[in-house]
Amino acid sequence: MTARQAHAIQVRGLEKSYKEVKVLRGVDFAVARGGIFALLGSNGAGKTTVVRILSTLLKADAGTAGVNGFDVATQAAKVRESISLTGQFAAVDEILSGRENLVLVARLRHLADPGKVADDLLDRFSLTDAGARRVSTYSGGMRRRLDIAMSLIGDPPVVFLDEPTTGLDPQARIEVWQAVRELAARGTTVLLTTQYLDEAEQLADRIAILHQGRIIVDGTLAELKRLLPPAKVEYVEKQPTLEDVFLALVGAGGRGGDAGEHRISTQTSDE
Amino acid sequence: MSKHFLGDTAVLLGRSLRHITRSMDTVVTTAVMPIAMLLMFVYVFGGAINVGSDSYVNYLLPGILLITVASGIAYTAFRLFMDMKSGIFERFQSMPIARSSVLWAHVLTSLVANVISLVVVVLVALLMGFRSGAGVGAWLAVAGILVLFILALTWIAVIPGLTAKSVDGASAFSYPLIFLPFLSSAFVPTGTMPGPLRAFAEHQPVTSIVNAIRDLFTQQPVGTDIWTALAWCAGILVVAYLFAMNTYRRKIA
Repeated sequence: MTARQAHAIQVRGLEKSYKEVKVLRGVDFAVARGGIFALLGSNGAGKTTVVRILSTLLKADAGTAGVNGFDVATQAAKVRESISLTGQFAAVDEILSGRENLVLVARLRHLADPGKVADDLLDRFSLTDAGARRVSTYSGGMRRRLDIAMSLIGDPPVVFLDEPTTGLDPQARIEVWQAVRELAARGTTVLLTTQYLDEAEQLADRIAILHQGRIIVDGTLAELKRLLPPAKVEYVEKQPTLEDVFLALVGAGGRGGDAGEHRISTQTSDE
Repeated sequence: MSKHFLGDTAVLLGRSLRHITRSMDTVVTTAVMPIAMLLMFVYVFGGAINVGSDSYVNYLLPGILLITVASGIAYTAFRLFMDMKSGIFERFQSMPIARSSVLWAHVLTSLVANVISLVVVVLVALLMGFRSGAGVGAWLAVAGILVLFILALTWIAVIPGLTAKSVDGASAFSYPLIFLPFLSSAFVPTGTMPGPLRAFAEHQPVTSIVNAIRDLFTQQPVGTDIWTALAWCAGILVVAYLFAMNTYRRKIA
């Protein structure tokens, strides 16, 4: 029981097949409370299948999975009270406004003051101005932010983010990263799937690589790096990446302040 | 689990009713096709059709009402399909709500949308000279039959809504349902049809439902037709409901 309490997510021997195709062949991992855990893998590695099983949308063929101390198969209702899922495609209602989407979820979570919850989240995700507009007019980044905001309603202790930045432009990606970091800072456990290596590197405390239905490595970034021969010292001319240039030119905006670490300042010729 | 069923269904019903009020075109287009048929059959063919009663629009309206429902439920399947596809269905299913409320909200929305379409069609028929001396009781009986018919067809629509792979697939199932009234007493009396067709027409559900509604409108004794009609509606409703719920349970694992 103590092991269960210590871990927000505990997965043992998870197997799942679709007809003849074995997608998961015995997946094991555990996620500590309050951390960001990245499940890394190429397309079709089974990341989404793991998330769907953990969020009670799919039944595993074998193995056990516990979320917040509850078994996903036998205590599904308890699991659903502990989690929120942000799926691969922004699951927002296009016909409703952003605020109506938030109010809808707050009411379904039976919260006391749905209107206030919605307004607070609109503010937190810089969507206040767009709050009254229909979501069908939103940009990809705004949609994703709204999607994540909807997931945070009711402060679930465990949040699943399935490829949260796929298809987003660099600025929107930084906005989402910022939101994920804030989430973890508040003590929420985040399980993130991604196919972008830099995303895992930027965000995660622990990284697991899912390959051909199994976890082939699982550890901190430093531990994963130790798997390869120690770093050699080489002198490489530091060139700004195109992303650095792009963000410096268009300005990543106040929200993406984090990009500042590796932001260059463009020298203009008027001095 | 079900302690929030009513509340959750009400919240989700509010959501899909908003969809309807923000796309009234779907309700209007649902009514346009039956109204066009009504106009065409009354003014183009009606003069040449002998139904043995004074007014063809009075004869035709019950069948047109059923066609209205048959075309309306295509949107029920469409709305459900769009929710499945957009991922919002999965969002709801991963939340601590009464899970079947997601489906019930769609069913009740279908009921509301179809009732609106039916009211529009009846209003047009009134403008075209439809008259009925039916009292409140008979009108309520007609409304009851139609509500039962809407629910039966709605639960049929839930099945393709849940399982379709494309938008077209989600709504294509309604075409045979729209066509069925043509092979019934809805447009012409079955007495003029050739033997086998007549046998089919007289024993398929639409004929008994149309006859029951027509008798109620014209204050004729409804006889056994109304019981046959109710039995058909209830039977289809129960079978479609069980089938749809089974599909739903397999879908949400």
